[in-house]
Amino acid sequence: MFVLEVGSVLTIGLILAVVIVVAAMLIWVERRLLSFWQERLGPNRVGWFGLLQVVADMIKIFTKEDWIPPFADRFSFVIAPAIIMSVVLLSFAVIPFAPNIGVVDSNVGVLFILAMASLGAYSVMLGGLSSDNKYALLGSLRAAAQMVSYEVFMGISLLGVVALSGSFNLRVIVEAQADGWYVIPQFAGFVIFLIAGIAESHRLPFDIPEAEQEICSGYHTEYSGMKFGMFFVAEYIGLVLVSSLITVLFFGGWLGPSFLPPIIWFAIKSSMFIAFFILLRAAIPRPRYDQLMNYGWLFLLPVSLLNLLVTGAIILSTQ
Amino acid sequence: MYTLIKDTLLSQVRTLWMVFLKIFTKADTVEYPDVQPYMFPRWRGRIILSRDPDGEERCVACNLCAVACPVDCIALQKAETEDGRWYPEFFRINFSRCIMCGFCEEACPTNAIQLTPDFEMAEYARQDMVWEKEDLLIDGTGKYHDYNYYRVAGKQIAGKDKGEALNEAPPVDVRSLLP
Ligand code: SF4
Ligand code: SF4
Repeated sequence: MFVLEVGSVLTIGLILAVVIVVAAMLIWVERRLLSFWQERLGPNRVGWFGLLQVVADMIKIFTKEDWIPPFADRFSFVIAPAIIMSVVLLSFAVIPFAPNIGVVDSNVGVLFILAMASLGAYSVMLGGLSSDNKYALLGSLRAAAQMVSYEVFMGISLLGVVALSGSFNLRVIVEAQADGWYVIPQFAGFVIFLIAGIAESHRLPFDIPEAEQEICSGYHTEYSGMKFGMFFVAEYIGLVLVSSLITVLFFGGWLGPSFLPPIIWFAIKSSMFIAFFILLRAAIPRPRYDQLMNYGWLFLLPVSLLNLLVTGAIILSTQ
Repeated sequence: MYTLIKDTLLSQVRTLWMVFLKIFTKADTVEYPDVQPYMFPRWRGRIILSRDPDGEERCVACNLCAVACPVDCIALQKAETEDGRWYPEFFRINFSRCIMCGFCEEACPTNAIQLTPDFEMAEYARQDMVWEKEDLLIDGTGKYHDYNYYRVAGKQIAGKDKGEALNEAPPVDVRSLLP
């Protein structure tokens, strides 16, 4: 029970703790990295290099007044942040971190992740609708528009990988990459999934539902205190999730030269993608949401279908 | 299709690369409390009341600064010494309203009120932002070292009659017909 193997209590506890701590630390990492790319210094006062900034932020967010507006629909208002938090944490259940680290060895891993991603959209829409605030409503409107445009090609872009490895099981997918990462045969799928992943985690440049400069904070305008904190941390957990997914699906997961343990390879690869997502935020402006929809339906969807078609044809002809 | 790829993909990738290179440039930030910025002498900061070269208060309580102040944050009361000099009985500036515009300095006929390069005036209690004459008055002459209002103005005070000021002609008796 307390050994480091898939599904043991120790592993589950460790994964939960590490994921949440990493997500919290990302608040600091992101601010530091962003400021380097913007020729600033970022938070460097609290603790060594500002490392304790996270603690300061957490103390602040926990002691803030947790206010439910009187005009809000209480039940869905309270439940919305809980949904997104549990959904992103649940998604980590199927991620294979290393041969002996993981929560479950599921045969439907890819489907599970996609299902959880769709459920996460409920949180955003409920949060926006129940707030009874025009900015929140606009935010959830945009979230719905964004969701219908990215979820389709997100699923299809993964099918190439599934077809190549012949399994929905993420562990099998990783092991199938022992003689070549899928990023090479599935480059189009990788780029499309990257774009969909950004949209999925509501990160800039696709943070359209919460676009601060346009609609306050979008769907979480009315949230305060820890409920806001949950949306906030869930976004960072989503960032970790998408980075680990890209690592698992296209970059060989834990596979790497054996002088480092598998989990370290996994961490290195995921951190590269996290840093890349932060670079995206520093560099790319936000599109309008009709532009995202156009782009999604008219360009990315056909490309991902084409990718699936070609992959299927190649697999059939080589068999 | 070609322009789509050129505009969306290539230009975005180029942007990403250029922003990434910024990690090697030095930050522009001045770490303020550790590194003090150079404050220019004419910076408009904390307000002082100066004294003339003889060490007397320059302010003559004319109220021009209070009138000029766009946010009405100066309050003062005129009083008079035995030898005829005017001075403010109290002089109060509410720095929580002051916008450091410098209009008071422009309006002052005696160079008494001056703005200085000090800007570190934060307080915890709002009432501490209200400065009285004792807080404002300094011992020196501020930015204008030689100016002494009573020595150049025609105002009569003890020890200096009409016409005795610098560059001042003796008064003319306008009712006299003699040349
Ligand atoms: S600087 Fe401007 S606002 Fe401040 S006291 Fe002088 S006139 Fe008033
Ligand atoms: S500070 Fe200057 S303008 Fe203000 S009352 Fe005194 S003499 Fe007049």
